[in-house]
Amino acid sequence: MENKNYTQVINITPELKSRIDELISHYPADKRKSALLPVLHEVQDAHDNWLSADLMAKVAEILEITPIEVFEVVTFYTMYNQKPMGKYMFEFCLTSCCSLRGAEDMLEYACEKLGIQPGGTTEDGMFSVVGVQCLGACGYAPMMQLGDFYKEHLTPAQIDQIIEDCKAGKIILHDK
Amino acid sequence: MAKKILLDKINIPGIKSYEVYRQNGGYASVEKAIKTMTPDAITEEVKASGLRGRGGAGFPMGLKWSFIDKKSGKPRHLVCNADESEPGTFKDRYLMEHIPHLLIEGMITSSYALGANLSYIYIRGEYMWVYKIIERAIKEAYAAGWLGKNILGSDYSLDLHVHCGAGAYICGEETALIESLEGKRGNPRIKPPFPAVSGLWGNPTVVNNVESISNVPWIVNNSGEEFAKIGLGRSTGTKLISASGHIKKPGVYEIELGITVDEFINSEEYCGGMIDDRPIKALIPGGSSVPILPAHLIYKTAEGEDRLMTYESLSEGGFATGSMMGSGGFIVYNDTACIVRNTWNFAKFYAHESCGQCSPCREGTGWMEKVLYRIETGHGTSEDIDLLWDIQRKIEGNTICPLGDAAAWPVAAAIRHFREEFEYHIQFPEKVKNRNHFVDEPFESIKHLVTK
Repeated sequence: MENKNYTQVINITPELKSRIDELISHYPADKRKSALLPVLHEVQDAHDNWLSADLMAKVAEILEITPIEVFEVVTFYTMYNQKPMGKYMFEFCLTSCCSLRGAEDMLEYACEKLGIQPGGTTEDGMFSVVGVQCLGACGYAPMMQLGDFYKEHLTPAQIDQIIEDCKAGKIILHDK
Repeated sequence: MAKKILLDKINIPGIKSYEVYRQNGGYASVEKAIKTMTPDAITEEVKASGLRGRGGAGFPMGLKWSFIDKKSGKPRHLVCNADESEPGTFKDRYLMEHIPHLLIEGMITSSYALGANLSYIYIRGEYMWVYKIIERAIKEAYAAGWLGKNILGSDYSLDLHVHCGAGAYICGEETALIESLEGKRGNPRIKPPFPAVSGLWGNPTVVNNVESISNVPWIVNNSGEEFAKIGLGRSTGTKLISASGHIKKPGVYEIELGITVDEFINSEEYCGGMIDDRPIKALIPGGSSVPILPAHLIYKTAEGEDRLMTYESLSEGGFATGSMMGSGGFIVYNDTACIVRNTWNFAKFYAHESCGQCSPCREGTGWMEKVLYRIETGHGTSEDIDLLWDIQRKIEGNTICPLGDAAAWPVAAAIRHFREEFEYHIQFPEKVKNRNHFVDEPFESIKHLVTK
């Protein structure tokens, strides 16, 4: 899977462009680069949750910076994906406080249920399961991030329900 | 009921909305500040309050404000650090999620005090739904005339925006945060120059934590002197504590500084005691970076005094027998927790989050993770404990930013207080293969097996 050359259809819709322009307007006119992180989130959300080199070059063009300036940021921050991920990405926090309350068990349960390894994606491209570092929900453990939202106080039964809801298209991923 | 400054209105239905917040006295501090106070007078009130930075460092906030360069004539900025990422800490999220206008009010009043006309709230990217809450609240504040040009008809103007990160603990360090806000990798800068002189885009900048800024409206409304009456000694005011781990009621609590650790853990008003009434084994009082305390140093200091929830008492005894208030990320462990496993877990976190600029941290955090992993999984050798000690000592103090110290301290404290547990892992490798080894057989019941 790692060596595949993935292709990505780039589509900067008018809605996306207008949101990007709004974000750029939050910084002084000569500091467009400052909008890079928020813009990358919007662009990634609108492009199946990942950023290809071509898409990064497009962002560079919009922000009037060089592609390497985008690439070095994308590779630094964990929330940007450089390869396709599942549409529904279960990100389980595994740091101490969550670990004390059974986070590993939940991650393993989800993997078993979906028939994948941690870090893997189902063949239909619907689900990924990954372990991540502290998400700031230590008092509500165990938990995971799904799109823009947190699912907290998880139990195996709830994970079952979330998977069903994803399959039924009932889960809202982004708060636009 | 204990004194509340930040959460006193949290239970009012609809307090998240502008209308309800305003009807309940919200934005009064902006009116008072802009109409009746000079910017310097506000800084003086904050100084008089004794408020110490709530992000973790505990630096006096008014003093930090007084360092901002006003002579150069460059634009000034206030940046709110909402990149809450210290394991164990989730209080800022609680404030922003449930009473977002309190932070915005604090940002306006504080920006006015600093003479900043363009300010930002930098929020971690994972809190995306909170980012949207803050973004909408800022729009409401603009619509109501609290932001924008000539606020309340004065000659003071302020633009405020929210900016999101993308998953990097290091961006909670103020100079890394500034780099990130400029659209770059979060590599901390060498200080000096300090942000107060050269921060965002080279302009004088103050970076303050969410909770710190949210205290400013109360201080402006009631005076710094009144604030200083709350709390104990130099630990003035209240503090939000994020409580997690093996306690009955995890969550965010506002405490008046000065209550005992015993009261906080065991009273019904706060944590409600230990889960299943199991014995307490350890406590991390201020987020993953601060030293862990063993059971006998939690409720009492080494001197036998009651351990209090104050900056001074939590650090009583230095690193030998004390810890730190830090961010107030309060993690409680019972006898089923494995300290080696927990220390490895944190080491993994720091190895993942090291930005890679300084070799002691970049290499050292990775080494600590690997050595701790082999001890935890029963592959350690008797030299490993000394090796770990040596690595952490070589990281501490040798890096540009405090992430190196933050990674070293938990390892040092774990070895200092729980050395026998490390030895047990090395002497009985078969007994630690299962990751729940101390759930099945708490260390307390088997520690006599360790031979020196």
